[in-house]
Amino acid sequence: MPQLTTEVNRLSLVIEIGDMPVRVHTADPQFLGMLQDRYAGFVSSSQQPEIEFDVDLTPARIADPNVPVRVTQRSRRWTFERGDFRAEWEPAARTGWIRQSANPYSIDAVLRILHTLVLARQGGFLLHSASAIRNGKAFLFAGVSEAGKTTISRLAPPDATLLTDEISYVRKHESGYTAYGTPFTGELAKLGENVSAPIAALYLLAKGSENRIDPLAPAEATRSLLANLLFFAEDEDLVQSIFHSAFDFVSRVPVSRLTFVPDARVWELIG
Amino acid sequence: MSRLYVARNPRVAARSLDGEMMIMSARDSTLFTLNKTATILWQAADGATPLDEIVHQHICPRFEVEPAEALQDAETLARELAGHEILQISEEPIPTRNPVGESR
Repeated sequence: MPQLTTEVNRLSLVIEIGDMPVRVHTADPQFLGMLQDRYAGFVSSSQQPEIEFDVDLTPARIADPNVPVRVTQRSRRWTFERGDFRAEWEPAARTGWIRQSANPYSIDAVLRILHTLVLARQGGFLLHSASAIRNGKAFLFAGVSEAGKTTISRLAPPDATLLTDEISYVRKHESGYTAYGTPFTGELAKLGENVSAPIAALYLLAKGSENRIDPLAPAEATRSLLANLLFFAEDEDLVQSIFHSAFDFVSRVPVSRLTFVPDARVWELIG
Repeated sequence: MSRLYVARNPRVAARSLDGEMMIMSARDSTLFTLNKTATILWQAADGATPLDEIVHQHICPRFEVEPAEALQDAETLARELAGHEILQISEEPIPTRNPVGESR
């Protein structure tokens, strides 16, 4: 009689970003290897992941890159959808699944979305900004594309530890806000270091003819922060949460405009 | 002529800082910053006060503008804000619940 079932080896690894371990299961050893390379420095030995995802690999297909991501919640189950993936996550069960082809970009997007949702409930957020640690303090450099996130990251001196050149990870603690390194890269394509430090300042980047720092009024600071937040969910409660988190952040962390010329001297003002 | 009623959409997050009203859409997280007139309209939009009374009580005294012209501008503005789902508009009074996201 032919065998009716096939045992599939279940492989997994834990990706820990911002002190949140997420275990990813796959049956494909090549995909697992790709994840190990992609998230080197963020692969954890944690035996107690907070969330577990099964990845169901599908044949590659051409996806429209202009299809916007949709993140919705129904019956306490989140659905993440884009042209290249579909995922579900059930927070109460701490499990979910991802359906995608064997590429590193789709799961990266899923992880970004997942972290925005988890952080939003805890008063934190992901921010379009580079960040680095210097003298034990973290500094964030926010701005839209071309604002200078990659440039300021590239100019960082040897005593600065780069957390990310693209997306900063911000957690709220009782004593203030902490920035964590992320594997979410921008043009520099260099993973951040998997370390953290209390946030000392947020700078809004502007390229100019001199290096200078100008404090921002709370309203402009909050507006700029809100404009640079990463958030995808169509969810009233979480939008309320992240909106008010931005106001709280600005009340606790100095926010300034950093005008700079693109050379290393700008870092003389930082730290 | 029918009267128009306006109410704040409770599904947005709103907060005023240094006199600047910021609103974030719960639908797509779009951020809006209201100008002075829109802020007055937003703050007075209780669903029960007709727009012409809001204009008469809150806008005309501050901007030295003819009531008819101010009402026309306010109606245009209200429809624009409703288009962004920031305000709700109706020809009937609008029952409201307390917006959970607003603080001043």
